[in-house]
Amino acid sequence: MSGKTLEIRHLNTSFFTQKGEVGAAKDICLEVRPGQIVGIVGESGCGKSVTARSVMGLVKYPGRVVSGEILLNGTRITGISKKEACSLRGSEVSMIFQEPMTSLNPVIKVGRQVEEVLLIHKKITKKEAKKEAAKILEAVGISDVASRMECYPHQLSGGLRQRVMIAMAMICSPSLLIADEPTTALDVTVEAQILRLMKKLCEAGTSILLISHNLGVIAQVCDYVYVMYAGRIVEQGETFTLFDHPAHPYTRGLLGAAKSLRSDAGLLKTIPGVVPNLLHLPAGCSFSPRCDSCMDLCRSEMPDMLPAGEKGHLTRCWRS
Amino acid sequence: MLHNALQRLLQSILVLLGCALMIFIMLRIIPGNPIAVLMGEHADTAVIERMTAELGLDQPVLIQFFRYIGGALRGDFGTSYSLGKPVSALIASAFVNTLILALMAALFAWVLGVISGIIAAVKKNSILDHLFMGASLLGVSMPVFMTAMLLQYFLSFRLKWFPIAGTDSLAGFLLPAVALGWNSAGSVARLVRSTLLEILEEDYIDTARAKGRGQLGVLVLHALRNAMLPVITMMAIQLSGLLSGAVITETIFAINGIGRLAVQAISARDIPLLQGTVLFSAAIVIIGNFIADSLYNVLDPRIRRRG
Ligand SMILES: Nc1ncnc2c1ncn2[C@@H]1O[C@H](COP(=O)(O)OP(=O)(O)O)[C@@H](O)[C@H]1O
Ligand SMILES: [Mg+2]
Repeated sequence: MSGKTLEIRHLNTSFFTQKGEVGAAKDICLEVRPGQIVGIVGESGCGKSVTARSVMGLVKYPGRVVSGEILLNGTRITGISKKEACSLRGSEVSMIFQEPMTSLNPVIKVGRQVEEVLLIHKKITKKEAKKEAAKILEAVGISDVASRMECYPHQLSGGLRQRVMIAMAMICSPSLLIADEPTTALDVTVEAQILRLMKKLCEAGTSILLISHNLGVIAQVCDYVYVMYAGRIVEQGETFTLFDHPAHPYTRGLLGAAKSLRSDAGLLKTIPGVVPNLLHLPAGCSFSPRCDSCMDLCRSEMPDMLPAGEKGHLTRCWRS
Repeated sequence: MLHNALQRLLQSILVLLGCALMIFIMLRIIPGNPIAVLMGEHADTAVIERMTAELGLDQPVLIQFFRYIGGALRGDFGTSYSLGKPVSALIASAFVNTLILALMAALFAWVLGVISGIIAAVKKNSILDHLFMGASLLGVSMPVFMTAMLLQYFLSFRLKWFPIAGTDSLAGFLLPAVALGWNSAGSVARLVRSTLLEILEEDYIDTARAKGRGQLGVLVLHALRNAMLPVITMMAIQLSGLLSGAVITETIFAINGIGRLAVQAISARDIPLLQGTVLFSAAIVIIGNFIADSLYNVLDPRIRRRG
């Protein structure tokens, strides 16, 4: 055992579009250790979902994993057969999605949808599956479970549906749960409840990879954070270190923008410029055109991940 | 939900009554006295007048209409002028043939349409997809008389695999059913393909994959159930269209069905018979629509609970 729940090594995932190859995830190296909640943060379109889907083997056409290795509990899961991949999905690693409103099948009762996971992976009777499903639905904080199980998704609120999704993801006690913007579509009070629930699940033994574009969400629950920009990881570190001493100009920009949103300083702070088109990335560091401390070197050469002070704190910036 | 169904039932009955009235009025405003046609060129005007009075055709249209509806409610649709038999009996015996033809056509169309639609969607942009969609384009755009005559010429006349016409055996129904179903097969295939492609992009399909369902499980248990909703509606409407009589196919293959009966009624100016067949077809279409609506309500929980 390598002692890591998830290990991604130099992952490259691309979309092969008519205009050319779009490198949506480039040279991603990432780890999730047992009992950890690890965050990925970055603007929309930076490749968070693509990275998550690469782990699940669910990258959408015309995309595919081009190179790199993904290990789950020390076992390689890249390049395994479709059948093997199916037996891992939902039992060893599961995923919940951003849109609770559309992520459940509208014509199947929610109880059945939760039971289904057990019936796929375990040799048990329908009756036992139903009992188990009721148990897990109760555990994720749904009251009046018996009648809720007989409901169709459209009869439940967004928060309840996301709880059902979580129950579905957790019912086989996977070692890794990937949550892709699980609270983005929910209002703030429900968001807080769902985050608390995820913390509880983590304490119960499931490692979590939490994806969000919201720094507040990441700060609340994550032990370790990766910051992504234009398909690459640009900074990584313990949550406290990263938030207190951001080393990459992009992370500083994100934090500044988030702070100005919370204070009433009047003017909203933003990062100047726009997210680059992945088909036409600038030479050198992808962030260089928007960077306020850009040097000549930055425009010609992409830096590697370099140490930035504290142990385990790395950044992709020449100035570190 | 029951309230909903009742409401739709009432609506259907009203539409049917409206249809009956329209048919009734239209048949009465076309020029020419049907009795004169019936009695032949040299009939006595006095005799014609007596016949007209006897059949109640001298009464105001509305009175005639209510009499007709009254009779219809008792199963009496009048007597055919030209064949001298009760219209209801004529329709009943013709409907047996139409029913066999329609069911065979529907079976052929749906099995072929659904299977090729699914394959085309799953193997999108493959050779099979292009092949099926090309064939279905031919299916939806080729007029039925052309399909029918091509099939008849090559398979019956040239290859002698099937009887040319007539319904002495069930085999006689095969070619007409294929000719008639070809069209519906094309539209079903296209609808299945397009809805399935749309549904395979839905988030809950990702969820099903994330649960560990394989390709087949995702397709059958999650995608098809949703994709079939609009398809089943289309099928119900198609079936009612097929059951209401296939004038052209029945004529080409000499099948004594509802469509052919209506054509006979027209050429003989047999108003009670024509009225009966047209009303019967309208009723079938209205019932088909009612069933299509009801099915959608039963199959889609989102609509089911709203009523
Ligand atoms: N179906 C697709 N076809 C082409 N490119 C895609 C597709 N899906 C995603 N991408 C590319 O991948 C990038 C990252 O997408 P994604 O991982 O969904 O971003 P996010 O960080 O918001 O989750 C997008 O900016 C886009 O360029
Ligand atoms: Mg995303």
